[in-house]
Amino acid sequence: MGVAALATAVAAAFLVLPLLALFLRVPPSSLFHAAGSSVFRDALVVSVKTSLIAHACVLAVGTPAAYVLARRRFPGRSAVLTLVELPLVLPPAVAGVALLAAFGRYQLLGGTLHALGITVGFTQAAVVLAVAFVESPFYVRGGVAAFEAVDDDLLAAARTLGAGPARVFFRVALPLAAGGLAAGSALALARGLGEFGATIIFAGSLQGVTQTLPLAVYAQFEANFDVALAIGTLFVLVGAVLLLLLKLAPAWSRSASISPFRPAASTSA
Amino acid sequence: MVALRVDLTVPARGFDVGLALDVGRETVALVGPSGAGKTTVLRAIAGLVRPERGRVECDGETWFDSAGRVDLRPEERSVGLVFQDYALFPHLSVERNVAFGGRGRAGELLDRFGIRHLARARPRELSGGERQRVALARALAREPKALLLDEPTAALDAHTRVVVRAELGELLRELGLPALLVTHDFEDAAALADRVGVLVDGELRQVASPADLVASPADGFVASLAGGTLVDGVARFARDGLTEVRLESGGTVYSTDEASGPVSVLVYPWEVSLGLVPADDSALNHLRGPVVSLAPVGNRVRVRVGELTAEVTAASAERLGLAVGLPVVASFKATATRLLPRSPLRTWPAERR
Repeated sequence: MGVAALATAVAAAFLVLPLLALFLRVPPSSLFHAAGSSVFRDALVVSVKTSLIAHACVLAVGTPAAYVLARRRFPGRSAVLTLVELPLVLPPAVAGVALLAAFGRYQLLGGTLHALGITVGFTQAAVVLAVAFVESPFYVRGGVAAFEAVDDDLLAAARTLGAGPARVFFRVALPLAAGGLAAGSALALARGLGEFGATIIFAGSLQGVTQTLPLAVYAQFEANFDVALAIGTLFVLVGAVLLLLLKLAPAWSRSASISPFRPAASTSA
Repeated sequence: MVALRVDLTVPARGFDVGLALDVGRETVALVGPSGAGKTTVLRAIAGLVRPERGRVECDGETWFDSAGRVDLRPEERSVGLVFQDYALFPHLSVERNVAFGGRGRAGELLDRFGIRHLARARPRELSGGERQRVALARALAREPKALLLDEPTAALDAHTRVVVRAELGELLRELGLPALLVTHDFEDAAALADRVGVLVDGELRQVASPADLVASPADGFVASLAGGTLVDGVARFARDGLTEVRLESGGTVYSTDEASGPVSVLVYPWEVSLGLVPADDSALNHLRGPVVSLAPVGNRVRVRVGELTAEVTAASAERLGLAVGLPVVASFKATATRLLPRSPLRTWPAERR
C-alpha cells in the first residue's frame, strides 16, 4: 500500500514537474509579449486553420467509415481495422516521409497532381494532409468503439419501424454514439494540434504558411527561448481546456439527455 | 382468411429451424425451450435475418421468396416487432419513441395505452409494464399488417406479468391482426394465443389450441410442456377395457387409454388428489409415497410425491399437514391418464419450474 502510494506520487510529480517549470520560467508579462509576437500570431492562425480543416475532413469521412467498420462484417474487415490504426504506431517522421513519397512532386501521385496544376508539398494543404493523417486513427478508433457499443436491437427496431439506412444512422446510431464520437473527436483534435514530425518533413516550417504552433516552438527554441516557452505555456492551457472538455463531455451529454422527470398525476400500473 | 403465411428454413445456433405456419386474424404462439430458434423465426419474418429458403407472405404481399428472389428490406415490410427487452430508443422521449413508427397516430396511441402522462419521460424512467406499453404503441404506430412479439412477458417480474398478460390478451383480441408471439412460457401461450405451436429441435411438433394440447399432446415433450407429469412403465391390456401399466418405480396404474409395451403415463398435477389414507372413492389409481418437495404457487401448492406431482390448494395442504417426508397417497382416475409413446426428449428446461 505504502509502496503503491509512493509510486503514484513519483509518477504524478514526474508528469507535473516539467509543466510546473514551464509556468515558473515564464512570467505573465513575457506571456503577453510572446502572445503579441508575429511568430505566435501567424502560427496560431496556421494551426487553427489547418487543424479545423483537417478535423472537419476527418469527421466527415471518419464518421461514416467508423459506422461501416463497426456494423458490417465483411472479409478483410480486421485487416482494414489494423491498417486504420497503423499510423498510431508510426513515428510521425515516418508518416512525413511516407506522405512525401505519396504526394511529393516527383513521387507516386505528385506527378499527376502537378500535371493538374496542384502542388501539395510545402503548402498549407500539406499541413492539412499531415494533420489529418496522424489524427484520423484516433477518431476512427473511438468512432468504431462508439458505434459498436450501440445495441443491435435498437438499429433493428428502427428498421422494423420503417426507417431506411440514412434515418437509422442519423436518428438512432449517431445520437447514441455521440458521447464516444465526441471523446474521439477531442482526442484527435488535440493530437492534430500537437502534430510536429510529419508536418515539418512534409510541409516544412514557413512562418505564416506552414509553421504551426508546435513548429513555432521548435523554431523559436534557438532564436528566442522565451517565446518558445510562452507558446509552450499557451499550449498547456489549451491542452488542459481540451482535456477538461473531454472529461466533461460524457457527463454533460448524459445530463442533457435526462429530461426533468415529471411525476405522473396518476400512477396506473 | 390467411393473413400471414410463413414457410421458412432459417439457420439458428448449430441447426436449422423449419417452420410452415398460416396465421389468420388470430394470435398464434410458438412455444419452445430457450435456444430453439424462436427469436430467429420472428427476425426472419421481419426481414432482419435472411432465411435459407422459403416464403413469407402477408396480406397478399410477398415479403420473401427464395425461389422468386424476393427479399424486401425490413423497412419495406409492414410488420410490428416487439423485442424481448423492448428496444426502446433511450435517447428519445416516450412520445418520440412512439412517433418514430408513425407521426400521425402517436397522440392517439399514447391515450389508448394510458401513457399520455409519460409522454416526456425517457425509457429508463419507466417500469417494465410501462415499457412494454410504449413498445406496443410504437410498433402499432406504423399500422402494421402483422404483429410479432418476442417473449412479451419475459422481461417482467412475476406480479407485473399477470397484469400485463391480461392487458396484452385484451389488446390482441381488439386489434384483430395476425399476431405471432414466441415464448418459453406455456402459461403465456395458453393465456394469449388462439393456437399454440410447439417448436422443438427446429421443427413444429404440434399446432393446436391450448386446450387440445393439454387434452391430447402429440408426445411426452408436448405434455410436459403443457404442465403434465410423465411416469415410465410397461403397459398390457387388462380386463374391462382398461390398460394396466406396471411402473418402473414400482406400483401399478390403470388407464382408459389403450396401449401395450413401454409407455409414458401422463397425468396433470391438477388431476391428482392427496390423502393420508387411500380415498374410498371412484379413483382407480392410488400411489403411496413420501412427500419429496413442496412448492407454493400462488394460492396452491405443488407437491412432489415420488415421480408424481400434485397440485392442491394451500388450505388442503395445511389441513393434511403436508411436510417433506410425510407418507401420503396420491389418487387419480384412470380416465385422467394418457398413455404416450416414450420419447427420449421430454424434459422441459429447469428454468421453467
